[in-house]
Amino acid sequence: MGLATTILQSRAVAALASPHGVDRYLELVNPMWAATEVRARVVDVHRETTGEHPVATITLQPTSTWRGHRAGQYVQVGVEVPGARRTTRCFTISSAASAPGERFTLTVRAHSEGLVSKFLVERAEPGLVVHLSQAQGDFTLVESPATPTNNHLLFITGGSGITPAMSMVRTLLRDGYDGHVGRRVTFLHYARGPEDQVFADELASWADADNGVRVVLRHESAGDPRFSAIDLARLVPDFREVDTWVCGPAGLMELVELAYDGSPRLRTERFKPPVVKAGSAEGDVVFSRAGTQAANSGAPLLEQAEAAGLTPEFGCRMGICFSCTARKSEGTVRNVLTGEESSLPDEEIRICVSAPVGDCVVDL
Amino acid sequence: MTALSTEQTHDRTAPAPEPGEQPVSDNLPLTPSQLKAFGEEMDAIRQRIIASLGEEDADYIHRVVKAQRAFEVAGRALFYVPPAWPLAVAALSVSKILDNMEIGHNVMHGQYDWMGEPGLSSRMYEWDNVCPSEQWKYSHNYIHHTFTNIVGKDRDIGYGILRMDADQKWHPYYLGNPVYAFLLMVFFEWGVAMHDLEVENIVAGKRKISENAALHRGIMRKVKRQALKDYLLFPALTGPLFPLTLAGNATANLVRNIWAFNIIFCGHFPAGVATFSVEETENESRGQWYLRQLLGSANITGGKLFHLMTGNLSHQIEHHLFPDLPARRYPEVAAEVQEICERYGLEYHTGPLGKQLFSVAAKICRFALPDRASDVPGLSTLAGAAGLVTRFVSRRPSVAVVPDAA
Repeated sequence: MGLATTILQSRAVAALASPHGVDRYLELVNPMWAATEVRARVVDVHRETTGEHPVATITLQPTSTWRGHRAGQYVQVGVEVPGARRTTRCFTISSAASAPGERFTLTVRAHSEGLVSKFLVERAEPGLVVHLSQAQGDFTLVESPATPTNNHLLFITGGSGITPAMSMVRTLLRDGYDGHVGRRVTFLHYARGPEDQVFADELASWADADNGVRVVLRHESAGDPRFSAIDLARLVPDFREVDTWVCGPAGLMELVELAYDGSPRLRTERFKPPVVKAGSAEGDVVFSRAGTQAANSGAPLLEQAEAAGLTPEFGCRMGICFSCTARKSEGTVRNVLTGEESSLPDEEIRICVSAPVGDCVVDL
Repeated sequence: MTALSTEQTHDRTAPAPEPGEQPVSDNLPLTPSQLKAFGEEMDAIRQRIIASLGEEDADYIHRVVKAQRAFEVAGRALFYVPPAWPLAVAALSVSKILDNMEIGHNVMHGQYDWMGEPGLSSRMYEWDNVCPSEQWKYSHNYIHHTFTNIVGKDRDIGYGILRMDADQKWHPYYLGNPVYAFLLMVFFEWGVAMHDLEVENIVAGKRKISENAALHRGIMRKVKRQALKDYLLFPALTGPLFPLTLAGNATANLVRNIWAFNIIFCGHFPAGVATFSVEETENESRGQWYLRQLLGSANITGGKLFHLMTGNLSHQIEHHLFPDLPARRYPEVAAEVQEICERYGLEYHTGPLGKQLFSVAAKICRFALPDRASDVPGLSTLAGAAGLVTRFVSRRPSVAVVPDAA
């Protein structure tokens, strides 16, 4: 594959395949052939939990273009949901750090509003091909300059936020981290209840083994306390001086951030769920590139941007020419021509015919 | 669905003008209240189609893309077999036509943006043509589709080279109209690439040549890439057959140029298609915008394969009404649009390719000449004195010179 990849990525082949690019031809022969794009075939789907929001671990065999990932990183996954709409979301990789072209896993919880997560958990079967980005994100183990290897490491996670921490600890254990030279790992996790607890067996085996890993599981259904400052001090007395990774629902994140009181040891990773707001002109519109914010007037975003003193590119101002297309990173917009509302994060919209419904963030 | 909607629509009638209301103008024969109802009917069609977009549309464009790539690969490969040269040229021509028309033009209109597929995204697609897609989208999607057939605003009326309308002032330069049209046909992709440079405005002193610097760079980059593969790399790969392959690639580009030119010229220039003045279209309502698109465009009748090869621009009227709906839906929409036209008493310009082409050719020749002798510098005084003022062409006939309604 090495030689083939070199040839396929060469400038000569690119010139021959201009203007469409080599991948537009390769994909028609075999979806697993690619020169630059990354795709993957689902090779296994393992149900972790059932219930209202079931979780599944999906094993992916990426194309040879996959550059590998560092523990804690995420990947954008695009699938064709029913209606032939490719929809892309970010998922954290749950398996240990991967080398180029190597298999990895995603552990996904099906959210009721989550088009892609529901599709992956409920419909993905071995053989399905999904579209990927390269691994992204700095919420990683190796990137940390403050982590000489024999420091105590602390992971605090809640719900699906367990995945990056799983990847990190799995990587440590795989690569010979056994706690015998005094390096400790503390793994704190908060879940709704035992039936929602993912990786229960693996966590139990970590706790049992002689590896320096301490696992503390808390369950909401059992009335266990949350990870407050007092609670953390009991579990890890000098927690503010310990390199910590926290990932989970907003409530847990806020509590932990409060407890750390600005300590530089704390590293955080947030999810960005779609925020659906009913009603019309309320909330604020944020123009993220300009760094300005204004009260939502209910008018199309182009007009609101101009009223805020911005000069976005535009053409027809009636939704036909696509000159004004911009990325909406958060919030719900209503198409003023069709009345259709859309709450997808990181979505390209025509700002001349898109009016925000509630809070909205646009890259302008 | 079809049967039901037909039944419903047949029961409806166009609203009568409200007392004291006047049509917008001779060219726009509906009153404001009628325009409102007309616009709402068009919006309803649009909304219904958008709500029904899905797998069938995705499968269709995927099939077309697959066919285009297959024709392209077959064409490139057949150049290794010298006796198959005509076949190779034919395959490559079909590939370029499909790429530019049913795929490129339509994808760049955002017709498939809803699919979220980068390869079919209006922002990403680059076509097999020397015109950079970024520049084309500006002059086409924005200028042409927004200001369709407004003389002085829509630069697609004559492309800055030809005189295609009585409201363009005659000048002896236009005696060459048929020659310019012929050259534009042969070098169509180059004409399209240079369209944004607005050379005529530079000649007229309305635009500075320095304003074109960024455009020049974009065009040169695209031209180099296109020329490199068609005129150097692929011919070189065929070794001793270099000249044959080079000639074949050039021929395929020429075939595409001629075909695209002819189809596109049938879109707005057949007789009876209206043009509009800037004053007529000031403060235009959505209904009036629809009406202008309808009366400013013309269709070509034909079979399924013909529609595919024109990129469904044979449904120019529906394309101008709904530029961002997938073109494969235009035939389905056309029946409804025609029915609405009947009810509102509006012209719906359509005809077979031969008839439309003849009509366009006649217009190109007719506007090469002045409309009246008084337009000819130096001749007017003499002609006027002799009472020989002749009107060659009736200005904007209210009835089409060549009856269009099929």
